[in-house]
This record gives sequence, C-alpha cells and structure tokens, in this order.
Amino acid sequence: MNAFKRLNLWNVERCRMSTNKNPIESSITNKLQELKPVFLKVINESYMHNVPKDAETHFKVVIVSEDFQALPLIKRHRMVNDILKSELQGGVHALSIVAKTPDQWKDEEIEPSPNCRGGFGK
Amino acid sequence: MNLTIKGRTLLTSTVNLWRYASTKPVEDIKKLVTNNKVVVFMKGVPEQPQCGFSNAVVQVLRMHGVPYDSHNVLVDDILRQGIKEYSNWPTIPQVFINGEFVGGCDIILQMHQSGDLIEELEKVGIRSALLDKNEEKKKDSKNK
Repeated sequence: MNAFKRLNLWNVERCRMSTNKNPIESSITNKLQELKPVFLKVINESYMHNVPKDAETHFKVVIVSEDFQALPLIKRHRMVNDILKSELQGGVHALSIVAKTPDQWKDEEIEPSPNCRGGFGK
Repeated sequence: MNLTIKGRTLLTSTVNLWRYASTKPVEDIKKLVTNNKVVVFMKGVPEQPQCGFSNAVVQVLRMHGVPYDSHNVLVDDILRQGIKEYSNWPTIPQVFINGEFVGGCDIILQMHQSGDLIEELEKVGIRSALLDKNEEKKKDSKNK
C-alpha cells in the first residue's frame, strides 16, 4: 500500500513537472502582467552561459507598457526589478531589460530598411 | 537569572556582529562610490572581465576614454551584497557617476547609443574621447 502510494505521488510529481517545465519563466511572465504590457517577451538566455542545461538563471525581458510613459529608464527598470524581486533573490542572477512605451515601440517597428546601394538596375 | 541576562547579551552581541560582518557598512560604500567621478562595480577586473555584462560596460567606458575606479565583487562577497543594498539594484555591474547610481549594463549601453552618456560625463567634467574622434572624422572628410 505504502509503495503504491509513493509510486502514485511520484507520478503526480512527474506530471506536474512536465506541465510546468519552465516555472521561473512562467512566473516572470505572469507577474509582469501587472504592468499591463501591450507586448511582452521573456527570453531564457541561460543556454548562453556556463550553467546546466534547462537552467533558468539568465533572462531577457522585452516589455512595452503605457505605464512607462514619461519615466526615465532607471525608474522603468526599477519597476520591473521590484515586481521580480523574489525571482532575483532566488535563482535568477542576470536580468536584461528593454522597457519601452507603445510610442517608442512603434518607432522601432517602422525603422526604415537599409538604403539601396545601387546594385540593381543601375 | 544572571545567566539568562548574560546569555541574552551574548546573543545580541553575536547577532550584531553577524549583521555588521555580513554586509558592508553604508559609510564604507559611500566612500567607495565617491572616491572617483566614475566608479564601477563589476565581475572581474577591466583587463579581464568575468561576465559579459561587465565586459560590455568596460568596453563602453574604454571607447569614451573614461578614467574610473573599479571593484571586483567576485573577490568580496560582503561588497557584492552591500552594493546591491546600497543602490537597491539587484544585479552587477553597477555604474556610479559623481556618487550617484546611474544604472547597470542595459542603461549604460542605451545611454551610449543615445548620446546621453557623453552629456552625463560632461556634467562632471569628463570629455568623452568619442567627441574628439568625431571631430577628427569631420576634419578628414573636409580635407578629402
């Protein structure tokens, strides 16, 4: 009976792990909803560093929110850092942040392609 | 009775000692960040940074020809903790200009790209080497 129980628990644990493979990444994504982002991308960059496979230690966050309006960069970064305080005190030790307002993001998107340098139909 | 009081004093003094020892006193950090116009807390040393983000900051400062103090937090765990608390900023590197916390790698890079870094340095009397380079370029193109 006991052995069966243990096996069952083990199975439950395994299921839970497989449905939540990236717990820190999802927690970052969830918590940043607080800033009502119009665009949010959480990128796990841990693979670029000397850490075990599947580690969740290095992240980059690209976040676009109206809440950043008129705030200097350092304040925007502090807002994100504060929201992710527990992650940063835990396993996450690098967090790169791109924090923009929707207006700034629009500018970015419509940045012109490089000029033609005349290699065509001269 | 006497014993409990003794025990309590011993306990509080141990706790105080531990507190004192586990993080750098604020006055000490203040001295460090005001010792030079630009002060960097990083992983490794400028000649051999041990983290990509620290390396990026070093490269930017080198481009601008900025003289600065640097402190390697990898060899001083107490400083590593202390500086994070002092600036209320969770990551390393950290850059201070005129004793004020300016930002980490992302912010320094963006200030470099936008030209704000040149202005901030000018405010504390440091002329960015990039300005001279730009002038040389202009002269060159005029001469051609």
